[in-house]
Amino acid sequence: MALTPVITEHWDAPDLYTIDGYRRFGGYRALESALKQDPDALITTIKDSGLRGRGGAGFPTGLKWSFVPQNDGKPHYLVVNADESEPGACKDIPIMMANPHALVEGVIISAFAIRASHAFIYIRGEVPNALRKVANAVAEARRAGYIGDNILGSGFNVDVVVHAGAGAYICGEETALLDSLEGFRGQPRLKPPFPAVAGLYASPTVINNVETICNIPYIVDRGVDWFRQFGTEKSPGFKVWAVSGHVNNPGIFEAPLGITMRELLEYAGGVRGGGEVKFWLPGGSSVPMLTADHLDLPMTYEEMAAAGTMLGTGTPMIFDSTVSVVKAVTRWLEFYKHESCGKCTPCREGTYWITGMLETFEHGHGKETDLDLLVSACNQIAGRSFCALGDAAATPYPAALKYFRDEFVAATQTPVDEKFDPVASYIYAGAATR
Amino acid sequence: MAISDQTLESMRELAARYPKSRSALLPMLHLVQSTEGEVTTDGINACAEVLGISAAEVTGVSTFYTMYKRKPVGEHHIGVCVNTLCGLLGGDAVYDALAERLGVGHNEPTADGKFSLERIECQAACTHAPVMTVDWEFMDDVTPSSALDVVDRLARGERVESTRGPMIRSFQATEHTLAFPEDGLAGEGSSVDDKMLAGLRYAKEHNMSAPAYGQEG
Repeated sequence: MALTPVITEHWDAPDLYTIDGYRRFGGYRALESALKQDPDALITTIKDSGLRGRGGAGFPTGLKWSFVPQNDGKPHYLVVNADESEPGACKDIPIMMANPHALVEGVIISAFAIRASHAFIYIRGEVPNALRKVANAVAEARRAGYIGDNILGSGFNVDVVVHAGAGAYICGEETALLDSLEGFRGQPRLKPPFPAVAGLYASPTVINNVETICNIPYIVDRGVDWFRQFGTEKSPGFKVWAVSGHVNNPGIFEAPLGITMRELLEYAGGVRGGGEVKFWLPGGSSVPMLTADHLDLPMTYEEMAAAGTMLGTGTPMIFDSTVSVVKAVTRWLEFYKHESCGKCTPCREGTYWITGMLETFEHGHGKETDLDLLVSACNQIAGRSFCALGDAAATPYPAALKYFRDEFVAATQTPVDEKFDPVASYIYAGAATR
Repeated sequence: MAISDQTLESMRELAARYPKSRSALLPMLHLVQSTEGEVTTDGINACAEVLGISAAEVTGVSTFYTMYKRKPVGEHHIGVCVNTLCGLLGGDAVYDALAERLGVGHNEPTADGKFSLERIECQAACTHAPVMTVDWEFMDDVTPSSALDVVDRLARGERVESTRGPMIRSFQATEHTLAFPEDGLAGEGSSVDDKMLAGLRYAKEHNMSAPAYGQEG
């Protein structure tokens, strides 16, 4: 399957981040056309396009928009989730640094469609360079009359606020993000009510991922039929894939949904040193791992689910045979333990106990009976916490055990660093100075 | 140190940005760090006064987020990603080398106050692993020796450019950007590099492109 640069098409133009650069390639043409349409017609267009959320869950975007009650007399809000923090996910930050106006144009069109007069772009605080790029784009759009009152004479008003987070993975969860944006600790809310009914300031709110919103101008400008040429019936469109790990040429590759990992690997120059894929994850540490047996599966929402995993953020991480799966999983659990917000007991306590048990394996003195106890502990978290962080924390270990049980058994006798020399997995092996 | 009138005025400006003023609390705490170097008790009290909430509520928020520091931070705050991908691809060795050179551990400042070091989680730059940050600006694709070189140059007062971003300034300067992100630096340095262009270049070299779309057709 061929590469199809759309969002990334002009990233090699040095001034793409400016409004003049973006307009040179047709930027803000979609906004002009959108503002002449009925907002409901725009929602229908996005529904018909079949666009699904690119933040991980894959929920149909147009459907989400249609849940916002209309003529309810309440203010509506659009919130962009730019809190990209999922281990392995690295596509929203590059999009914002390279093509921030695609996001801003998408925000204005989307706000118009759901009849929101306030939009917020919540960007994680640890990436100031994405923040300043988007803030600059918003300021330029405001000066050009695309943000503010009576935009392009349409009578539509919108204000866009660029907001920095402060370091909390949990704020990528949409209701925790809302609490954080309201100035509280970022802890998830019980659903229902869903944000479309009671979100920011208890008003109807749509929360969309950066890449999702960046699709909007292209769909509005080029049409549903054009968009549906990419991908499959259930997973239409293109995707900004970010391939990382033990490959010769890691980076950003834009291609339709349905491309296989083997094809993406080829574009990324193959596994380093002509080696083999040991395990890989299609989209972040929160989706179950796969092996070399799964390289030919079409990467769509439905095919990944059928294989027992999820497409997630569509940012595959590749690990070669130098990596201990025990060590990889332990490190991910240390992350979930650190990032658990503490609200729900199963997640707060469970991540603590699972991490402790996994560390005994990493150090070579795990107990074989703990292998099943760990599965049971994961099952005590999954589905028993408010938000998906708990489910995510319960994900890496069972999948790893399914494919690499022998390695966990071996770790009852031998520390993983003895079996897998850590230096061998360094990407700069040979150049190491130690 | 008492919070200046100018900072209080900036806090009120932030509070006015939002339909409900409390939404400004996170940027306000970044602003406190930009002038005080950490979240101080005076800073907490100032946020509470401007927003009309209790100091306990502000404290509760400030202790939740890892970017807010209740201990002194170095002039330059160094982060090394030790999450699975970066850590195993060499971030662990980068962290160890920096900890040894600086003589500090996680979230500790050096005795001269020049640097502090933090084991950070995924920085959304896995394509550029192992990733380091200086004052939260990207230092991509580091090795132990290149990381030490960055620290040495900063220690000598030399100018160091982020691999995808502007010149390194200071922890406090970045904290100001987080409160007021229009810092005039959007055009500084390059934010798009070879790895971000990998797919586009491959597509161009092999005549691949997205399907054409009708011009009004």
